[in-house]
Amino acid sequence: MVSQPRTVAPVELVVPSRRSHSLWYEGVRALLHRRSGQVGLILIGFLVLVAVFAPQLSTHDPLQVLIGVEANARRRTPPCIYAANRLPPLPVIRSFQCDPALPQHYFGLDGNVRDLYSRVLYGARVSLRVGFYVVFVALVSGTLIGSLSGYVGGRIDNILMRLMDIVLAFPSLILAIAINSALLQALDTSLLKTIINGLRRLLGFEDVGLLTALMAVSLVSIPTFARLARASVLSIKEQEYVMAARALGASHTRILLRAILPNAMAPLIVAATLGVASAILDTAALSFLGLGAQPPTPEWGAMIGAERNQMFTAPHLILFPGLAIILTVLGFNLLGDGLRDALDPRMKNR
Amino acid sequence: MTKYILQRFLTAIPVLIGILFITFALARLLPGDPCVAMLGEKANEVTCAAFNARYGLDKPIPIQFAIYFRDVLRGDLGLSFRYGRPVTDLIIERLPVTIELAFAAMFLAVLFGVTLGIISARKQNSFIDVATMVGATIGFSVPVFVLGLFLAYVFAILLKDTPFSLPPSGRLSAGMAVPSLPATLGLEKGHPLYGVASFASNLYLFNAILHGDMALFRDAIRHLILPALALATIPMSIIARMTRSSLLEVIGQDYVRTARAKGLGEQAVLFRHALRNALLPVVTIIGLSLGFLLSGAVLTETIFGFSGVGRILFDSITSRDYAPIQGFTLITAIGFLFLNLVVDILYGFLDPRIRLG
Repeated sequence: MVSQPRTVAPVELVVPSRRSHSLWYEGVRALLHRRSGQVGLILIGFLVLVAVFAPQLSTHDPLQVLIGVEANARRRTPPCIYAANRLPPLPVIRSFQCDPALPQHYFGLDGNVRDLYSRVLYGARVSLRVGFYVVFVALVSGTLIGSLSGYVGGRIDNILMRLMDIVLAFPSLILAIAINSALLQALDTSLLKTIINGLRRLLGFEDVGLLTALMAVSLVSIPTFARLARASVLSIKEQEYVMAARALGASHTRILLRAILPNAMAPLIVAATLGVASAILDTAALSFLGLGAQPPTPEWGAMIGAERNQMFTAPHLILFPGLAIILTVLGFNLLGDGLRDALDPRMKNR
Repeated sequence: MTKYILQRFLTAIPVLIGILFITFALARLLPGDPCVAMLGEKANEVTCAAFNARYGLDKPIPIQFAIYFRDVLRGDLGLSFRYGRPVTDLIIERLPVTIELAFAAMFLAVLFGVTLGIISARKQNSFIDVATMVGATIGFSVPVFVLGLFLAYVFAILLKDTPFSLPPSGRLSAGMAVPSLPATLGLEKGHPLYGVASFASNLYLFNAILHGDMALFRDAIRHLILPALALATIPMSIIARMTRSSLLEVIGQDYVRTARAKGLGEQAVLFRHALRNALLPVVTIIGLSLGFLLSGAVLTETIFGFSGVGRILFDSITSRDYAPIQGFTLITAIGFLFLNLVVDILYGFLDPRIRLG
């Protein structure tokens, strides 16, 4: 009598809890068990914190030119941290040491006598947001195009996919350069003005160059998502549960939204995470070439581009924004790798 | 095999025409009047009319396209407004720069990527495996322009006055003479092979070998290492990871066990049986890399002061110089198609099932 509830209870407990372990729950668990997922999440978490608390963490206004504000403020002054003076003068530490009479700037000053440390911190805001916006636009439009193409098939599929092929036939950065400079030239047309102003208000970016770069990089990224979505939809379309939904008389929209797309999400989520990394890279590259973010926006690529000829006299101006880009891109790439391993059932037990 | 290759060739033609049309349209879609962009303050009705007539811009767009199409078939890619020279001349001058750079980068990427991938797979979970995979993950995340500048700083400043110092800009040191191949061959301007010879002449490494000029060869290589390395790192990382994972997959398969069971040595199993299948995905990556290499070339050429395709495309797009945009995009697209053709043929070679399928 005593043992009976014991044998029944575990069965009742185990069955429903197994069922509640959805694919997503399993996915997150698997992700947290992977080194790449852990490191990626930590890096991104750190960067998000930096971006959110940039005003608290920064020591100066990122846009403020310090001439006349601070005594002895000179352009491209190397880093200066007083605390480093107490440490032994090892090679790396030495480059942060300075005369205590000089003002303290953790990463030094840039070519326009602005505090580089504060600019790099605020740069996290710009880059993370750019990455998310680009991927949001590309993911939504790509999924729409791809699932329509895969679900409807036939001529529409053919036209849409050839269009995507053509976009993919061009090197992405070069196409982005072309679209970006086309947009910049067309700025005075009323349609684009309206769009840009709308985006400005919506996204809170003042920099028009950054907005056109965002649009260009988004457009260039669409085909990747479209092809992926199409491939997933094509393979899921023939599954029995989709046929069951159709037999039950569900509408096309319902079948697509409720039966197909949720099951096609896993590869898209992986691609989206990796897409944030490449969106940040591409936008930074455009800004580096002088086409994206315009001064004084604290964007990492633009910061490097503005000072690239000073590399040999003021390497800190390249080093810190450069490291910031590397860490951000690395974070999203690691998370994407981890997610791919976690969400792909074939990778289990590896 | 011949049928397979022919088939691949024929499917490339409609894509090529599509690209021809797109490059034409894209160049016209770039807003802004080229006349104003080129002549600046001197642009007025009279000068612009003359300018448009000179470059055929006064005709309707469909006619312009028809003329463009005809000219391309004749091998005439038009005149650049900016340089006042035929685009074919610019291609002869600039394309070799980028070809040399891209080949050097791809060579480094494949050599080190495949080698490291094989070592990692053979010694799974060893220190060298972990180090390679961590390195590949980081290498994949470093932007080309950041890496290029870092490399320039390390090799031109930190290692200055050591045997490892490398020049951070230009293709050759100042005062380096480049022998002219058309002159060596005694070709006059206007000879049908003059263009080809000048093109080859601008491939400095090739030119140096042809003339036996070792000083030139060494100098050109030294200038090429840093940009090629900056450009190679991302494909190298991808190839290393890809080689490792596909080799690991292949090694676990039955036919590899069979090969071992029949007493083949480890080297023969690896190189004759496993690697041949493991390299298929790697070949795909090489085919897909051209787009990346060109995007990267814009950045590396900017940093290292190379005047190649990437740089001229960037300059032409920003100054609305139609003809070079069209010409260089077309060349790029043809290169892309050609490379994919080579990749498809390599596939057929590596995996006979594909040619029949």
